[in-house]
Amino acid sequence: MSAPKELPKELEELQAPARPAEPRKKDESSMLDSLTLGHGLRLEDLVDREALGEVCRSFFALFGIPVRIYAQDGQLLADAVEDQAICRYVQGLREGRAACGATVSAVKGADPGALGEATHPCFTGAMYRIIGLDYDGKRLGRIILGPYLPNEVREVPRSLLRIDPGVDPDQAKALLPKMARVRPETVTRIAKHLQSVLDLILFSGHRALLTSQMHLASVRESYRELQERNQRLSDSFERLKELDRLKSNFLATVSHELRTPLTSILGYGEMLAEGIAGPLNAEQTEFVATIRDKGEQLLSLIKSLLDQSKLESGTLSLKMGDVAIGNVLKDVASTLMPACLRKGVELEVELPPYVPSMRGDAERLRQVFLNLAENAVKFTAAGGLVRLVVETEQSGTAPDDDVGFVLFATRPTAIVARVEDTGIGIPASERGRIFDAFYQVDGSSTREHGGTGLGLSIVKRIVEMHGGSIAVGANPALEGRVDRKSIPPGSRRTGFGSVFTVRFPLP
Amino acid sequence: MQLDFVARELTIKLVYYGPALSGKTSNLQALHRLTSDASRGRLMTLETRDDRTLFFDLLPLSFKTEGELSLRIKLFTVPGQVIHSSTRRLVLQGADGVAFIADSQLSETENNRVSFLDLRQNLKDNGLDLRKLPLVIQFNKRDLPIIRADDEIAELAKHGREPVYKAVATRGEGVLETFLGLLALTWRRLDDEHDFSNKFKVRSDTFVAALARQLGVEGDPQRMIDAALGVDPRSSRKESTS
Repeated sequence: MSAPKELPKELEELQAPARPAEPRKKDESSMLDSLTLGHGLRLEDLVDREALGEVCRSFFALFGIPVRIYAQDGQLLADAVEDQAICRYVQGLREGRAACGATVSAVKGADPGALGEATHPCFTGAMYRIIGLDYDGKRLGRIILGPYLPNEVREVPRSLLRIDPGVDPDQAKALLPKMARVRPETVTRIAKHLQSVLDLILFSGHRALLTSQMHLASVRESYRELQERNQRLSDSFERLKELDRLKSNFLATVSHELRTPLTSILGYGEMLAEGIAGPLNAEQTEFVATIRDKGEQLLSLIKSLLDQSKLESGTLSLKMGDVAIGNVLKDVASTLMPACLRKGVELEVELPPYVPSMRGDAERLRQVFLNLAENAVKFTAAGGLVRLVVETEQSGTAPDDDVGFVLFATRPTAIVARVEDTGIGIPASERGRIFDAFYQVDGSSTREHGGTGLGLSIVKRIVEMHGGSIAVGANPALEGRVDRKSIPPGSRRTGFGSVFTVRFPLP
Repeated sequence: MQLDFVARELTIKLVYYGPALSGKTSNLQALHRLTSDASRGRLMTLETRDDRTLFFDLLPLSFKTEGELSLRIKLFTVPGQVIHSSTRRLVLQGADGVAFIADSQLSETENNRVSFLDLRQNLKDNGLDLRKLPLVIQFNKRDLPIIRADDEIAELAKHGREPVYKAVATRGEGVLETFLGLLALTWRRLDDEHDFSNKFKVRSDTFVAALARQLGVEGDPQRMIDAALGVDPRSSRKESTS
C-alpha cells in the first residue's frame, strides 16, 4: 500500500481545520510520557500507605514474622512489628543495646542485590530476610522480614552470650524460643507470596495513576481543541460583524443618493400638477398624479431603508415627550380608514376608560402602529376584522368594591397595545424570524404581497428604543380559545389571524 | 525512545494504530499469550467500556541483550473510535514505530483509509513525519468471508515501501511476524541514528532475532524477520537512511 504518496490533498486539508496549528510543546505531557514509559515511578506514589500497613499487619498476624517495607530512598512506608522478648531483654543491657542498633542499621542498609534476595544474621541467632521490591523491571523498594528464628537454631548461640557481660544464659534460654520459629524455605515462600501481593497492588496503583493522568491529559487536550475552535468562531463572528457594518453603510449611502433625485422628480411633478408649466388635460393630470403617487411610495420605501440603517448604526434619535397611546391608535385608524373601506375590512379601536400617558416619540410610535395596522389590513381579506386594542397591566389585584378602594388602587405597570387581525396569519415556525431585516415569510419573487421586509425590523427596534417589547402570535379569538362572538358573523377567515402585542412598561 | 545511559537501558515505544474494532487489542492479547513469562509484563488495559478501549492498552516487554544494553519495549494500542482523537494524539507522542492494524473486510476499506489519514495528521501534530517513521501494516481478520483478496493486497503492497502482513489476531496468526517486523525496522532506524550497536556492543544484525528467542519464539526468528521484511536487511538499511 502506498497510501502516503497518493492521499488526495483536499482530504488532508479537510481534516486540517479541526487540528492544532502547531505541534504541541513537549513538556505539556512529559509527565504522562514518563509514566507510560515507566520512568520516575516511585513506590510511594503507587501505594496507599494505610492499605500497605494493613497488608503488613495481616501478614504479621498470619505468620508472626515482623514485616517492614521501605521505599528505594530508604524511607519506611509501612510496617507491622512487635518487640520480641529476647530483643527487649538484650536492649536492657548497655552493650546489648549498641549491638542491637548496629544489627538493625546493617539490615536496613543491606542490598538484596540483582537476585533480589539476601539474608542478614543477628547475634541472637535470629535472621532477617531482605527482598527487593521490583515492578516492571525496576527496583522500587525493599521488604524486610524478621527477625525470625531459623528452625535449626536449637541452642542459645554463643554470639548472644558474649554480646554483653550481663547476659544471663537462663534468661536467654527462656526468652529466645518465644521468637517465631520458621524454616528457611517457608520464609522464601512467604516472601514470594508477599511479593506477588505487592506486585498486584503496584500494578493496580500504576494503572489507576495512568488512568487519572490520562484523564487529565485528555481533558486538557480537548480543552485546547475547544479553545482553538472558539477562537476560529470568534474570528468569523468578528468578520461577519464587519460585513454587517459595511452593509449598513452601503444602505445609508444608497438610500441617501436615491432620495436626492427623487425629491426633484416629486417637486417637478408637483409643479406640473399645479399647472405652472401650462395647463394639463385630464389624461395628463391623471398621468402626473400616478407619477407623484408612485414617487411618494418610492420615497417611503427609501425612508424605511434610511431608518433601518440609522437604527443599525444607532444614530436614530427619538424626540421624547408625553404620548397618549390611545390618540396614536385613533390617528392610525383614521389614516387607514379609507383603505379599509375600499377593501371591505372592518377596523375597530378599543380603549379602556383611562390610559396613563407614556414617555415616547409620538411620530415614531405612530410609525410603529401604522406599520402593524397596515400589515394587518394588507393580509386580511374582505369581510375580515382588524382591531387596535389598548390595555393596561396592573400591579396586584384589589377588588374594586372594597372599602377605601382609592387607597388600595393598583398602579398601572405597563401599557399593552395589540393589533389583531383575522387574516392569513403567520406560521409558528416563522414567528421568530419576521422581525429580521429584509425577511419575508413568502420570499419568492412571485409573492402576492409587496414590501421591503424592513417594516417589522424597524418596528421592533423602535419599540425596543422605548424600552418596550413586541411579540407575535396567532389570534386566540380564531383559535377558539376566547369568545368566538368577537368575530363578526360571516367574516371570511383565510387563516389563523395574528396578534402583535406591544408592551411598554411604565416607570 | 528514552535512553538511560547510566543504567544502559533503552526504552522503545511502539504503537498499534488503526480503525475501531480492527483488532489492535487482540494483537496485544495474542502477543501476551504467545510470549514467555520471562520477558513480558502484565497486559494493562486502561479504562474500557463494553470491551472497547477508552485510553490505551499497554504491554511492557523487557530484555537483557548479550551486550551491555538492557532493552525495554512498551507496546501501546490507541482507542479506534473517531471521537477519541485527542487520546490517540496523546498516546502517539514519542512513538518510535507504528503498526497499522487494518480490517480486511471490504466494508471497512473507507474506515481504514480515514484512520490512516488520522494517524498521519496526529503524527504531524506531534512533530513526527509518517514517511520517516518505522511503519508496518497488518491486514487483520483474514478469516472473515468478504475481505480484500490476498493477491490484491500483494499487488498493492508492492507499491508501498512498508511491509504488509496478513493476520488473524484472535488466533495469533501473523501477530509475531507483525511485531518482529516492526521491531526490526524500528531497531534499524534507531541504531542508524544513535549507533547503539557500537555504543553498547550488541550485534545489530542478529539483535532482533535474539530478542525473539528471549520471547520464546520458536523456529528461526531471523528467517521470519528477513522473510517478513521481504528484502536483504543491509540493502534496505541504506534506503531508510537516505
